[in-house]
Amino acid sequence: MAGYKGYAYAVGAHIGFLLIWHFAVVWSGLPSYIMPTPLEAFSTIFVDSYNWGTHLWVTTVEIFGGYFLAVIVGVALAVLFIWLPGVNAAVTPLLVTLNMIPKVAMAPLFIIWFSYGIVPNAIIAFTICFFPIVLTTYRGLLEVDPDLLNLVRSLKANRWQIFVKIQLPGSLPYLFSGMKVAAILAVAGAIVGEFIASDRGLGNFLLIQQNALNTGAMVMALILITLIGMALYGFVLLLEWVFVTRKELAR
Amino acid sequence: MTAAPFIRVENLRKVFKVGGKPFIAVQDVSLEISEGELVSIVGPSGCGKSTILSILASLLEADEGKVDIGNSASPFTPGRDIGMVFQKALLLKWRTILDNVLLPAEILGLPRREAVDRARDLIRMVGLEKFSDAYPQQLSGGMQQRAAIARALVHDPKLILMDEPFGALDALTRERMNLELLRIWRESRKTILFVTHGIQEAVFLGSQVAVMTAGPARMAAQFKIDLPEPRTIDVKTTEKFGAYTREIYQLLGLR
Repeated sequence: MAGYKGYAYAVGAHIGFLLIWHFAVVWSGLPSYIMPTPLEAFSTIFVDSYNWGTHLWVTTVEIFGGYFLAVIVGVALAVLFIWLPGVNAAVTPLLVTLNMIPKVAMAPLFIIWFSYGIVPNAIIAFTICFFPIVLTTYRGLLEVDPDLLNLVRSLKANRWQIFVKIQLPGSLPYLFSGMKVAAILAVAGAIVGEFIASDRGLGNFLLIQQNALNTGAMVMALILITLIGMALYGFVLLLEWVFVTRKELAR
Repeated sequence: MTAAPFIRVENLRKVFKVGGKPFIAVQDVSLEISEGELVSIVGPSGCGKSTILSILASLLEADEGKVDIGNSASPFTPGRDIGMVFQKALLLKWRTILDNVLLPAEILGLPRREAVDRARDLIRMVGLEKFSDAYPQQLSGGMQQRAAIARALVHDPKLILMDEPFGALDALTRERMNLELLRIWRESRKTILFVTHGIQEAVFLGSQVAVMTAGPARMAAQFKIDLPEPRTIDVKTTEKFGAYTREIYQLLGLR
């Protein structure tokens, strides 16, 4: 099966990357406080005093919390836009302006408003991934063939029927493309938020270990951040598979 | 048969504003159609054919003139008795063929079980029984258009409006779909309005043909097509068929 072969290549590439990393470090003779080998980095996971569990949990909650709040609010706003064109005409230009604000630059303000902890960082993740979701979903909801609308209107379909049976399922491919972009942004948003102000989380952990030159622990933190991102991205892909790809690939 | 006509259109006129200037989409259109007739409306792009269908489907309101559908023997309910087919099949790609055909029944809130039975019968009638659980993108263009026809019939409407339904198909598939449509029309006994810019197609399908011209959009003629029923492909090579098409070419200024 071509599918299994594809997986084999992917797994092979990842293992190859780790091997190159390992031998590059060993052969170049770099000290481990500059660049640890993969094994040295992985072994830091067993150091209890690093409190991996807490940091991992805090960052995961920030990313997932901010992300799914953005999905809910973003989709709701997009729906409001198609139902109330007046709101769209007024709010969309405002959103474009607000979107120009670099979201991470608002972090110091969020700290004043929401204090330290999970909430301000989740809100940074929220603000950074909210815009692509609103814009793609709105676009997707509009993307209905006018003749299809004529067809259902000739049957006196009400607004709710048009929304549930045609617009919403039709917008899903757009929503998912926005959600995939947003998943990557959410991770970056939460980590930068932790850099700016936090007492826990993998971003905070990275800064603290940098002061101690615990490079192995820093690399491990990066790997964990990547894994959170992959879990989120994978979850979105799974939803996309169930709701879109499975049906479109049926051939 | 002396039954009252099923559709009466009198001096229809519709004007759109395009860039602040009035644009006459249709004028001087009058039609009389009996129940169970298949009437072709033929004309160039921009002659207002689609506008007439939109007015009949109550998607647009006429500025002037009268539109009256239904008679005492066969009352007509707007929103209930209309089936539409467009140039694009417009099937929902996340729904199977069966679920696509069921869409009008769902919108009208018809009982599910009976609707499914009827949808299956129609899918069989249009020759897609092997594909009722397939998704639209697994079907060819002609097959998708058959599904669209089944969808237009599922709620058992009295009037089917077709807007260049075979315009995007290749020539041979189009011929085949013409024969299919005639068969479906004979089996379902529906009143069908068939908009096309194919002159041969209009004559071959129609028991009546209305000829429209563009600039200004108006109706040039309406006449009965007296060809043997049921129509077969042989009709196309008869002298009478040629005479009808010549007349339409003449009306459209092509001859």
